[in-house]
Amino acid sequence: MALESVCNFQAPNPRIGLLRPGGKGDVDESDVLNNLWSLDKFSIPAVTDPAEFLKPFTTGEGNVKIEFDHGTTTLAFKFQHGVIVAVDSRATAGSYIASQTVKKVIEINPYLLGTMAGGAADCSFWERVLAEQCRIYELRNKERISVAAASKLLANIVYNYKGMGLSMGTMIVGWDKRGPGLYYVDSDGTRLSNNMFSVGSGSTYAYGVLDSGYSWDMGVEEAYELGKRAIYHATHRDAYSGGVVNLYHMKETGWIKVSQTDVMDLHYKYKEEKK
Amino acid sequence: MSSRYDRAITVFSPDGHLFQVEYAQEAVKKGSTAVGVRGKDIVVLGVEKKAIAKLQDERTVRKICLLDDHVAMAFAGLTADARILINRARVECQSHRLTVEDPVTLEYITRYIATLKQRYTQSNGRRPFGISCLIVGFDFDGTPHLYQTDPSGTHHEWKANATGRSAKTVREYLEKHYTNELADSDTECIKLALKALLEVVQSGSKNVELAVMRRDEPLKMLSVEEIEKMMAEVEKEKEEEAEKKKKSKTSS
Repeated sequence: MALESVCNFQAPNPRIGLLRPGGKGDVDESDVLNNLWSLDKFSIPAVTDPAEFLKPFTTGEGNVKIEFDHGTTTLAFKFQHGVIVAVDSRATAGSYIASQTVKKVIEINPYLLGTMAGGAADCSFWERVLAEQCRIYELRNKERISVAAASKLLANIVYNYKGMGLSMGTMIVGWDKRGPGLYYVDSDGTRLSNNMFSVGSGSTYAYGVLDSGYSWDMGVEEAYELGKRAIYHATHRDAYSGGVVNLYHMKETGWIKVSQTDVMDLHYKYKEEKK
Repeated sequence: MSSRYDRAITVFSPDGHLFQVEYAQEAVKKGSTAVGVRGKDIVVLGVEKKAIAKLQDERTVRKICLLDDHVAMAFAGLTADARILINRARVECQSHRLTVEDPVTLEYITRYIATLKQRYTQSNGRRPFGISCLIVGFDFDGTPHLYQTDPSGTHHEWKANATGRSAKTVREYLEKHYTNELADSDTECIKLALKALLEVVQSGSKNVELAVMRRDEPLKMLSVEEIEKMMAEVEKEKEEEAEKKKKSKTSS
């Protein structure tokens, strides 16, 4: 089946009553070892209820805690000339700034982009798995995958691991037969379509600027300015966002990287404009 | 010699045959005829209805089935095998709608059915499906298609084709009479399917079943009255043809 084979989903064994991504119903050692070498399935703890087992590690109840970098601002919006994607580039671990030059837009293929928010490893890994699946779809069906299908593939894959500590809030952006496409997909299995999304700790600030300046009939330069400004304001107020603004434009012919602007430069530029 | 190589399906014969698959194709040739015609705005399926016993309820024998709103299928061969394939294809059509948020294309569902059939030619302990399918419908973008699959798992696209008993005769008739101009007219396509079937089936509206699908419209099974009306027209045309021929003979 389309769904079954893509996700390697096995129907729950009534005895154990559990989702085992890529695994059989029975706890089987050879199964665990096989998944160790497989690139698009994970071994999960060989217990009756992996989600329960993994919960203490993600909430910090026990001694061991897995800390995720959640600080970020990413945004994307559709308008008459396509989709604009703007992201910051700061990675934080607690109050330590780990990097100011993170690439938070993942180029899945020349006409599909994914953004990164939440766990960096989770986002980049699963979006690369998505890229593999999109390419296989293209080869099998002799036509590009639609944005709806690509986002659904990703949502279904992560749903298999729901409750086990994946942290991912991504936007899948593309242009297909139906026109520009923008979907929000997260590790809870949420999948939404809309004209505008912002994800991350600085998203509230970005939404404020976006909502006040947005219109479907914007010009291209105007849209670029709006994206940059929204990220700038988010980085100005949110401690966990900063670095540079990476700006992409999704057109009918595929995406282009418009610009990379340091937020400090934007700060002084806007200060001048106010005078 | 060949009997040594047709026990288990997985064995090739020395000269490269898979005998079980070929025997499956023989089973298809025993089945009642099915014909399909692809027009510009219409696709037609016609099947021969075997004479049924007096006490049997006619409606339980259905050889033309819907796989999805826009895909229909007719087959020739073992009806029980067909039922299994149709079930799997129906589930796949819905599964595709769920994952990809688009209806299946004809090519996709034909490929799925063909892949399924091929899998059964390469598994131990299983025999191939003894049916040949004619799959018709319209893609999401409006293009009509007619595909045929056979027990070996190959699939091809056709403008018009037949399968089952006397398929060769019917196909020759179709080759002679199918033209691109004919494809433009809906009624001509239906008449062609009917005339092709009548080549090998006893004349009578009780012996044929016709179904048509137009773009963005559901599958329509022609009623007995409609088939009778069409058959009367076909008869009339035949007579007029015969008259013309006689006249040209006597005059020359």
